[in-house]
Amino acid sequence: MAFENLTDKLTKVFKNLRSKGRLTEEDVKIALKEVKLALLEADVNYKVVKNFIKSVEERAVGSEVLEGLNPGQAVVKIVNEELTNVLGSETVELKFEPGQATTVIMLCGLNGAGKTTTAAKLAGQFIKKGKKPLLVALDVYRPAAIKQLQVNGEKQGVDVFSMGDNVSPVEIAKQSLEYAAKNNENVVIFDTAGRLQIDEELMQELINIKKNVTVHKTLLVVDAMIGQDSVNVAKDFNEKVGIDGLILSKMDGDTRGGAALSIKAVTGVPILYVGMGEKLSDLEQFYPDRMANRILGMGDVLTLIDKVMAESEEIDKDKEKDMRDRLKKGKFDFNDYLESMNQMKKMGGLSSMLGLMPNMGISKDDLEGAVDEKQLKQMEAIVLSMTKKERSNPKILNPQRKHRIAKGAGVDIAVVNRFIKQFEQTQKLMKQMPGLMGGKRKGPFGGFGGGFKMPF
Amino acid sequence: MEKEKSGFFAKLKNGLNKTRINLLDGLDSVFHGFSEIDDDFYEELEEVLVMADIGVSTTGEIIDEIKTLVKVEHIKKPEDCRDYLINLLSDRLNIEGDQYAFEHEKSIIFVIGVNGVGKTTSIGKLAYNFKQDKKKVLIAAADTFRAAATEQLETWAERVGVPMIGAKEGTDPASVIYDALQSARARDVDILLCDTAGRLHNKKNLMEELKKMNRIIDREFPGINRENLLVLDASTGQNALNQAKEFKEACDITGIILTKMDGTAKGGIAIAIWNELKIPVKYIGVGEGIEDLQKFDSKSFVSAIFED
Ligand SMILES: Nc1nc2c(ncn2[C@@H]2O[C@H](COP(=O)(O)OP(=O)(O)OP(=O)(O)O)[C@@H](O)[C@H]2O)c(=O)[nH]1
Ligand SMILES: [Mg+2]
Repeated sequence: MAFENLTDKLTKVFKNLRSKGRLTEEDVKIALKEVKLALLEADVNYKVVKNFIKSVEERAVGSEVLEGLNPGQAVVKIVNEELTNVLGSETVELKFEPGQATTVIMLCGLNGAGKTTTAAKLAGQFIKKGKKPLLVALDVYRPAAIKQLQVNGEKQGVDVFSMGDNVSPVEIAKQSLEYAAKNNENVVIFDTAGRLQIDEELMQELINIKKNVTVHKTLLVVDAMIGQDSVNVAKDFNEKVGIDGLILSKMDGDTRGGAALSIKAVTGVPILYVGMGEKLSDLEQFYPDRMANRILGMGDVLTLIDKVMAESEEIDKDKEKDMRDRLKKGKFDFNDYLESMNQMKKMGGLSSMLGLMPNMGISKDDLEGAVDEKQLKQMEAIVLSMTKKERSNPKILNPQRKHRIAKGAGVDIAVVNRFIKQFEQTQKLMKQMPGLMGGKRKGPFGGFGGGFKMPF
Repeated sequence: MEKEKSGFFAKLKNGLNKTRINLLDGLDSVFHGFSEIDDDFYEELEEVLVMADIGVSTTGEIIDEIKTLVKVEHIKKPEDCRDYLINLLSDRLNIEGDQYAFEHEKSIIFVIGVNGVGKTTSIGKLAYNFKQDKKKVLIAAADTFRAAATEQLETWAERVGVPMIGAKEGTDPASVIYDALQSARARDVDILLCDTAGRLHNKKNLMEELKKMNRIIDREFPGINRENLLVLDASTGQNALNQAKEFKEACDITGIILTKMDGTAKGGIAIAIWNELKIPVKYIGVGEGIEDLQKFDSKSFVSAIFED
């Protein structure tokens, strides 16, 4: 069965639906069913998919559908954003120790993942960055593994340190550092034997290497074609040995590479490189957005979405320039929220304020829950548990962050989610009330005296 | 006392393999954790099957079959589904006839697959098994691409104590195959095992190279028993289906060697491959050692999906 593009599927599902104002729960449910299948087909771990879908659903229900998109495409847009959110929104570079200090990098992973080839590829990249790498052969088990590294090292013009297969990897690692120091080599790359993450003895070997020599970066090499087991592998390597970065190998195949998402979701470790071929030059930087498209098996729909977005920005520019400017100045984020809370306390609470704002199109529902003072306290705790960055940029609030915030505020994650949703609705509400926006940063409700801002 | 107890259990739990706990949990919740067969039960079932890499479409088919069975057989309790499910799956994987007849005749075994799945190691293990059965074995080292691939296979040949035909890196692999075929004829060997370089199935030129080798074997030994074994890593996800399709296109695959079954991956993709392509699994790899290759047993394979 050939994989049917997610876009095609969604287009079919929503063929008869015209674009409309907001995503209904029904739209989202239908679309997400297809998204779930697409992610599973791409080998994203089942449990990761479940959580992911939940967070998308929360975000999508009730959100706006841009003119020109159908509801399916609107959901895909959100899915794609969330995917990029999990995968990391930008490229992460491997950091070396400062100056001429030696950086020790250890590669580890399952059997056949591609460590030895990757080691040689990395060495090549480091040379380009002006480093002097040393490759160290720590795979003393697989026949001819040392020879393989030596041959690759020679091809790359890189020194290879080995002590045969009768010396323990810990010992070889120790001595390699002395060797590197003598030879002015400032990046040392350990090529370790492939191992199963449940092989206690071999996992202990990696732990021992780290105990005995300073390893600055432990990188997990994962075959991009790996299936559901990716989560077990990554979790165990991370919990037992500790990993600082990921390299996805064999991405030049036609795998959708859902493992990237699974592993990133369970470990939070950045993906640094992708292997794109057997040649020693075939190692590339990781681009989260490309990966997101690949996992979803699409590309065209995103272009369309981009176009529609650009167009709608144009419209905004023309028609609503005024309002947008003011909105920008009075940009409502969690910092403003906190400020409003304080203001409100001074002014006798929200309930009393409500009486001052007749006919503003605010339904009671919009403000429901807000009147409860106890709840207000809870919400204050939530905002106080956010980092500065999160307060000024609520968009970055991903599930991990929300969990941390919930913990910090001592409330259930559901409370945090509800609150953030309400907050987003308020942001929209603000947009609908351009007339209320004052010019000053401090007071969008300038007309109501004293720089008071709506807490919701 | 209370404290000690929890400390003890905490230790026990930490000591136990995490995945093992998950699996046991999974098993309990699917077949025993539900009091009736309802949507939640089927969803849990879906989770277990998908998590074994069986894939969504094959999983869907399996669940539909179970639903039918439940109706027809008036199955009431979730735990009664378990044996039906295992039989339903293993019966399918169990193909008719003797799948291993080639082992007792003169055969040429051509081993192919993507990079790093365990081709070379499996050849070492196969050679060992045949040697144990007193067969005259010859190995061809036709991976002339990867660094030290020939040396790796040479080590295995020495371990087992069988001859090997190889050439230096960069040689045309087809010529290695040709030489090995002549040597096999001259030595009158029972079984010729051919290792090939790992290649991704979407690389056209590399697949062409494979076809060429395959043609040479056909030409030199028309009518001989041919086994084209595709090696698959059990941890591979849905991409294994593409692999099987493309390799099948290049040369007629007669069976699969499913490696690394000693890990936590279930290898459920083999079920999807059987479902769609009817390629049987013939051997499984269960470790890095010389004796770690077994004949495939469908029943225990399927049970392992639900247990551990
Ligand atoms: N745990 C485990 N490891 C295995 C098994 N089979 C192979 N391996 C390991 O997997 C790694 C790769 O095996 P190879 O035999 O070199 O794989 P290959 O397909 O020949 O690799 P290339 O020729 O590089 O494409 C080695 O470390 C093997 O020891 C198995 O059944 N279980
Ligand atoms: Mg090999």
